[in-house]
Amino acid sequence: MEHEKDTTHAPCSHCQSSAYAQLDLVLDEFKDMQGNLIIILQKAQEIFGYLPRDVIRRISEVTGHTQAKIYGVVTFYAQFRLTPIGKYLILLCQGTACHVNGSLAIENAICGELGIKDKETTPDKLFTLNNVACLGCCSLAPVLMIKTEETEETYGNLTPDSAIELLDEIRRKEGLI
Amino acid sequence: MKILVGQGSCGIASGAKKTAALFAEQIQANQLDIPVQITGCIGLCYLEPIVDIYNDDGTLFRYTQVKPDKVQGIFESHVLHNTPKEEKLISFSGQSFLDKQTRIALKNCGLINPEQIQDYIDNNGYRALSKVLETYTQDEICKVISDSDLRGRGGGGFPTGRKWEQVKSQKETTKYVVCNADEGDPGAFMDRSIMEGDPHKMLEGMIIAGIATGAHEGYIYVRAEYPLAVARLRIAIDQAKELGYLGKNILNSGFDFDIKINLGAGAFVCGEGSALTASIEGQRGMPRVKPPRTVEKGLFEKPTVLNNVETFANVPEVILMGAAAYKKIGTPKNAGTKAFALTGNVNNTGLIEVPMGTTLRTIIFDIGGGVKNGKSFKAVQIGGPSGGCLTPAHLDLPLDFDSLAKVGAMIGSGGLVVMDEDTCMVSIARFFMNFTQEESCGKCVPCREGTHIMLELLDDIVEARGTEKTIENLLDLGDTIGATALCGLGKTAPNPVISTITQFKDEYLAHVVGGVCPTGQCQAYRKYVVTEGKCVGCGLCRKVCPVMAISGSTKKTHTIDTKKCIRCHSCVSACKFEAIEVI
Repeated sequence: MEHEKDTTHAPCSHCQSSAYAQLDLVLDEFKDMQGNLIIILQKAQEIFGYLPRDVIRRISEVTGHTQAKIYGVVTFYAQFRLTPIGKYLILLCQGTACHVNGSLAIENAICGELGIKDKETTPDKLFTLNNVACLGCCSLAPVLMIKTEETEETYGNLTPDSAIELLDEIRRKEGLI
Repeated sequence: MKILVGQGSCGIASGAKKTAALFAEQIQANQLDIPVQITGCIGLCYLEPIVDIYNDDGTLFRYTQVKPDKVQGIFESHVLHNTPKEEKLISFSGQSFLDKQTRIALKNCGLINPEQIQDYIDNNGYRALSKVLETYTQDEICKVISDSDLRGRGGGGFPTGRKWEQVKSQKETTKYVVCNADEGDPGAFMDRSIMEGDPHKMLEGMIIAGIATGAHEGYIYVRAEYPLAVARLRIAIDQAKELGYLGKNILNSGFDFDIKINLGAGAFVCGEGSALTASIEGQRGMPRVKPPRTVEKGLFEKPTVLNNVETFANVPEVILMGAAAYKKIGTPKNAGTKAFALTGNVNNTGLIEVPMGTTLRTIIFDIGGGVKNGKSFKAVQIGGPSGGCLTPAHLDLPLDFDSLAKVGAMIGSGGLVVMDEDTCMVSIARFFMNFTQEESCGKCVPCREGTHIMLELLDDIVEARGTEKTIENLLDLGDTIGATALCGLGKTAPNPVISTITQFKDEYLAHVVGGVCPTGQCQAYRKYVVTEGKCVGCGLCRKVCPVMAISGSTKKTHTIDTKKCIRCHSCVSACKFEAIEVI
């Protein structure tokens, strides 16, 4: 089946129905397991890229957890998102080693360049910025990771200029500049 | 010949996958039959990517910083012409990084292939498991662990053997073993390294804990931020099941034990025992009032052994070497070794394991190679957001649970962040307070509101609004939070602040009384001035200033209005005559 072209994570209508089919498979597998809620939410987010309202409703219907409880769990953990993210997710490490090696200057540079703050997405849905606690690559500090649906690349020893160059490289790849 | 390419997260981030692929390509192009395998992290993060070439007689040649463009050279000289390429071989300083350590938990990391159970078995793997199954009763296992003085490596330092005995003695028949792999401290990555480099060792420790306490189910609660660790654990569990070390009727002993993996969803507080079990149960990860303790009512309200990765990884070694031998390593009541993640402004960053009681001087100067760029050593932050700072005065203090507690610090999970003379201690305290404030779960008032206020007070100092009273308030509030918060996260949250105030009172006073940040890091204290004589009056700075704080007529020295100046640094970048100074 031909996919509709779209630069965001929002699935096209064909994918949408298959996504719900996948969700039902997950629910089937885990609905009776003790302590299943977080596992189901993690898998649902993998399928949809975030947790749309209808998905939460569906999980509630099948598992019997109230929507209020699900919402409580979703908002407690940093991993869960209620809004879609951009095509490129920038995970900027704010661990101690990155902090003492200048991660703040990197954040300022990225925020200035993209015009967004932590946890926000650019209007063209290309970039989302997320500050994270520690990526565990402390020897390469300051570090960031760029995630797409397919890839996961870590970049180390950043400077404000090299961070912006990374963004430009992606824009060039996307034919935007 | 055999080639091993270190592929822990840090190695991969340095390009190790490409390096490994290029070796494989060269081998194929030359129609050779040499296996290129993966291994975990040896701890020399600053020298990644690391490639170990074993000649047929078993001699090891360790190449460091093998970026993809270096592969061909090494391949041609070493593999094709059998002449090791000297300049990339591990240097003397790199080797002394390893020689000064005692590796128990990290023993196999960076040496074996973590995705091949046979490599682990060939290195005494699962021998401790068969030993306890064949010869020990439950009481005897608990006794060996107790006698060894092994203490929990997650931070608290609770005696592991006593914990196991307490779970074993519970009447309830369903019990659990839980491994805390939610290594959330920013700047700590030893548990990740064990899971990525030697996953079977902690699995073996967990199985032994199950036998000792009568539990048949284990859970590993691991951070979702560690995808590689999760993947390697899954492979390890499958392989262990296949060979009968895990699952039903382990090694024909009639004992059943199964291990499941639960992914953490990004909440630091879930490193706390009762919050962690709540999270495995699918709830919001909030701590609860104790007692009952986890050993009585833990996961799903059942008695639970909860230890961290490094603790479990020590267990097989304790069993194999015996309590008496294990106790000889380290200091009295603080037996064994501790893994530390050495980072910050230090030359050799990486992962190290040293006997308990090793001094800071040995770690930073002998192993870590001293402070970067020839700067002087100012402090080291130990134990992450729950720990404290140690200064040059503590360089000869033996690092173990008890002596650190005496100076108001703690080992915590083992993050050691070295800071040089240019680090502002107020801004470091603010950094940690910002972290705990964001991670506070919000259940108890002292932590939810208290950390918020402490952060505001620190902001006051950093943004040049503080007074001596601000420091007093910080200490007062810190005391109250420490005494009244519900869980360990809250109780220890003020530690970095209290400890920096105690050790660096002068620096705090310089901010609030003297009106300067001695390191020049706090922007609010910076003043921008134009140097007369250097300024030619070109007007460039006046044009770039976004708040019109610069005035002056053409060809005359300009002036900056410090009240209007927002310290954006634009004028400094624009000036071609280096006429603007930051003081």
